[in-house]
Amino acid sequence: MINGNLKADYGADERVLNNRNKQLFVYGSMLLLAIFPFVAGDYAMLMACKMGILLIAVVGVNVLTGYTGLVSLGHGAFVAIGAYATVVFSNLFSGLPEGILPLIVIPLAVIVSALVGIIVGLPSLRVKGLYLAVATLAASFIVTFLIEQDLFAPWTGGVNGINTPTANLLGWELDTKREMYVLITVLALTTLLAAQNLFRTRVGRAFIAIRDRDYSAEILGISLLRYKLMSFAISAAYCGLSGALFAYFYARILPEQFELDLSLELVAALIVGGMGRTMGPVFGVFIVMMVPELIKIAMGAATGGSLELARYTGPVQEIVFGLLLVTFLLKEPLGINQITDRILRSANRWPFARG
Amino acid sequence: MLSVSDLHLSFGGIKALQGVNFEAKEGEITGVIGPNGAGKTSLFNAISGFYAPDKGTVRFDGQDITDITPDKRASLGMARTFQNIALFRGMTVLDNIKLGGHTRLKTGMFSAFKYFGSARREELELRRDIEERVIDFLEIDHIRKYPITMLSYGLQKRVELARALAMRPRVLLLDEPVAGMNREETADMARFILDVQEQFGTTILLVEHDMHMVMDICSHIVVLNFGQQIASGTPAEVSKNPAVIEAYLGAAA
Repeated sequence: MINGNLKADYGADERVLNNRNKQLFVYGSMLLLAIFPFVAGDYAMLMACKMGILLIAVVGVNVLTGYTGLVSLGHGAFVAIGAYATVVFSNLFSGLPEGILPLIVIPLAVIVSALVGIIVGLPSLRVKGLYLAVATLAASFIVTFLIEQDLFAPWTGGVNGINTPTANLLGWELDTKREMYVLITVLALTTLLAAQNLFRTRVGRAFIAIRDRDYSAEILGISLLRYKLMSFAISAAYCGLSGALFAYFYARILPEQFELDLSLELVAALIVGGMGRTMGPVFGVFIVMMVPELIKIAMGAATGGSLELARYTGPVQEIVFGLLLVTFLLKEPLGINQITDRILRSANRWPFARG
Repeated sequence: MLSVSDLHLSFGGIKALQGVNFEAKEGEITGVIGPNGAGKTSLFNAISGFYAPDKGTVRFDGQDITDITPDKRASLGMARTFQNIALFRGMTVLDNIKLGGHTRLKTGMFSAFKYFGSARREELELRRDIEERVIDFLEIDHIRKYPITMLSYGLQKRVELARALAMRPRVLLLDEPVAGMNREETADMARFILDVQEQFGTTILLVEHDMHMVMDICSHIVVLNFGQQIASGTPAEVSKNPAVIEAYLGAAA
């Protein structure tokens, strides 16, 4: 039972982890993440890395869609831009020492992504809701179309894709999944913290204000032009970082990996996890990645390893995933974050009143 | 302080405002009244920058602000509330009020990401300021952590006033601050408005249908009817004006 609001200064009241249970949850999770690479097998390692990469992108979509209320169905394009920029810049600056290359290339990829984000964000000043979603969708088609063009093929590899470099941080070559896990986890946690911080200040509050009531935000001195574009830039930058890690993680990238499927996966993870909440993307990514795995295991057990039935695994995964999404929209529109909030609330009140 | 001269505004064939002229004097409460559809809210929207007038000027402290956007008017020191409460429903009371401090704060994107350091100092200073100057003043300390959706209508109106006060406005526009309130809530709100004027010396312009309140607290009243300004003066003058009586009660047979 945590009772009373016994705080002596505003600093204590403004803390994010303002009770024992939240601290336990967050620090406990971080400890688990630190232990994980020592106990996990190769497949678990692969899943963890994929989740980390996806998480950074979903945090980006959360800034734009969850907090600023601008729906985008084209964020896969920013991941593509981040990934391809990483490859292109790495080849361009191949004269530089390998150890410092990622330290230059990753920020550049993020900046390029953010700049494209600002351009794609321009229609948001005129159109909202579904119309904006379609505009971003169009932008993402244009990006993949350009990547596939023969004209750019010498740099992007066209439809055949292109081999990616290995990350090398000051002489430390990250050529195994376990080593990439370290980089991905550190960056994912940093970006998650940065997003959390953003919404403790005037910048993040301005985003939420635009989402909730744009004319009222304007009357308080918030420039819609400036903050909508800033939101687009930040979310594109996050996706760009995710793309850069994607490029370093896989040996080869293909344009088709960044099409509508990815954009929808980002939005789906956000909806399942909880829009406009810091931990929403974390829970969402966990579900989006783990549910298909669980179905695979369950199907394997149910069919007894029969190859005849194994071909149904794919369709079943998609159907269950679709049902899951619909269930969330109907039963828990605020996502898993809402469920964890409830659990946390009753934990704080335990052993007294629940709810 | 805030003056409107020869303001004309029309939507297609509808002439919402036809030559409105008045000045809200510094440190005084000015009321705008008129029957439904008289153009009161249109006037407010033209003053706060949502509508561009066809003709005429809006001046703020001598500066012509007719063509500048609403967010720039906010940084000059103009705040307003809305007739149909325009709070941010996804946030707590505290965050709503903090948004009032937006133009006074300086935190940029990168220091926001970092938070610790300048951004944190600024946030805590803002928190102290609104706690001591606004929340305490409007007696809403018991609801500061509540989400907006949990509050009664009267309290929501008060939170909206709090958000406007957090801007430290020089001119405060109140669009029907007591609409839909019972007598007790109206009396509370009237007292708060007078307190704001007295304690902060804010110039207040308000639109209201509650005649008792308008007559009680305003020092100057402007009467609109069908977009035209039919009278202006002290409450006593206006209430005796035949044009005003006709607009409200209809012509005597």
